Amino acid sequence: MPETVSLVVNGISVEMPAGSMVSAAILKTGTYAFRRSATGEPRGPLCGMGICFECRVVIDGEPHCRSCQTVCKDGMEVRTDG
Amino acid sequence: MGNVCDVVVVGAGPAGLAAAWRVAKSGLAVSVVDDNPTAGGQIWRGEQTKPSSEVAQEWLERIRSVDIQMINGARVFQQPEVGVLLAETPEGVCELKFESLVLATGARERFLPFPGWTLPNVMGAGGLQALVKTGLPIEGKRVVVAGSGPLLLAVAAYLRGRGANVLLIAEQASSMQLLRFGIGSFSKSSQAFALKRQLMGVPYRSGCWVLEAHGTEKLERVTLFRGGEVACDYLACGFHLVPNVELAELLGCATEEGCVNVDEYQQTTVKKVYSAGESTGIGGLELSLVEGEIAGLAAAGKREAAQKLFPIRQKHRKFADLLNRTFALRDELKHLAAPETIVCRCEDVTFERLRVQQSWRAAKLQTRCGMGPCQGRVCGGAVEFLFGWRAESVRPPVLPVRVESLILEENK
Repeated sequence: MPETVSLVVNGISVEMPAGSMVSAAILKTGTYAFRRSATGEPRGPLCGMGICFECRVVIDGEPHCRSCQTVCKDGMEVRTDG
Repeated sequence: MGNVCDVVVVGAGPAGLAAAWRVAKSGLAVSVVDDNPTAGGQIWRGEQTKPSSEVAQEWLERIRSVDIQMINGARVFQQPEVGVLLAETPEGVCELKFESLVLATGARERFLPFPGWTLPNVMGAGGLQALVKTGLPIEGKRVVVAGSGPLLLAVAAYLRGRGANVLLIAEQASSMQLLRFGIGSFSKSSQAFALKRQLMGVPYRSGCWVLEAHGTEKLERVTLFRGGEVACDYLACGFHLVPNVELAELLGCATEEGCVNVDEYQQTTVKKVYSAGESTGIGGLELSLVEGEIAGLAAAGKREAAQKLFPIRQKHRKFADLLNRTFALRDELKHLAAPETIVCRCEDVTFERLRVQQSWRAAKLQTRCGMGPCQGRVCGGAVEFLFGWRAESVRPPVLPVRVESLILEENK
């Protein structure tokens, strides 16, 4: 298994240790707003364990993915909506 | 995708792993299903390769020494018939058939609303720890750890070990309560001593809590009661824990005071369905492990062997009682939210819209509180404390799932 993986968050390339979660990769790029709430507030991860749904983003075209439970893969494309 | 075995365990945290180990040792076929990509639950997250304690190492080795089928990244969402569960995985729906079931669904943090708590970079205490464990660089970041419970200390020590600048630990419990806990929990003093050493120089303030988080697009600083104003990058804030009982309720298991009801063999009110660990009440690692072992033995039909563990469980239960009394939440925390503070983050329902409601059901009907994707898992713990409401019914699917997962079920 390679030691790092490389993915793209909102067009920004980021290297992460293998086994990292997408949520951590997003924050590492300096993006803190993962989505907009029903009234347009910026929101980021809260629970870190798949309960709160605040960290949901688009991963490889699939919407509503919980980034805190998705492991980073090489070449992954992530889009936030914040 | 299908799977048939004697015992299915839901949850790969300490209780679930302990149960599975006992079942496997009895020679029965056991599967553990968990929604995270790897086993270990929250406390042993990411520790398969580098365990952080002897207990973790011992248990992870035990698990590897027996035959257990691990089904990771699978979210159980429905029970189409007795003895069958459905789980959604990235590859599709997995059908699990079993004779007995052990629910070790653990707990989540309790979140309480205060002005600014919805800002990005305000997270749960365990929430921030989980993010750092899974790759978030925290070195040099200024962190305030706040809320209540022993988790705050563990999180602060962990973050500091990873290079964070932990500015303050704000514990809402009073120094009097904590003093009683310190004396009563003498048996755990070596653990407490190690934590204390790791946290040397970090202020630990009792009777202190966050009044407001400030910032426009993200967190910039916090104001604390008895703590002034502190500029920080992250606020890690959780108010002790809430058992995850939704799946048990879906299966018809009775709950009491928010915990799954179990008999002395950890069996729920539904025959052949057992529950162990935090889902039956917040009690910490040791209690979770012994409850898991008892549930596993009982599920494997080894009731006499299970009985031998009752005294150990009793000892740890006493500690759990003390723990929960010590970190009982003070009434002042009910008045943190301003009228415009959001309580339900999924549907953006404010405190002022909720406080005029008579019940959880009325609140749902009138405001959509608790009806978003988290299904009340976050705001439920808050409204229980703020207004005394408790969720009345759980309906399938117990979690939001893809439409195709539901269609697949219908077509079977």
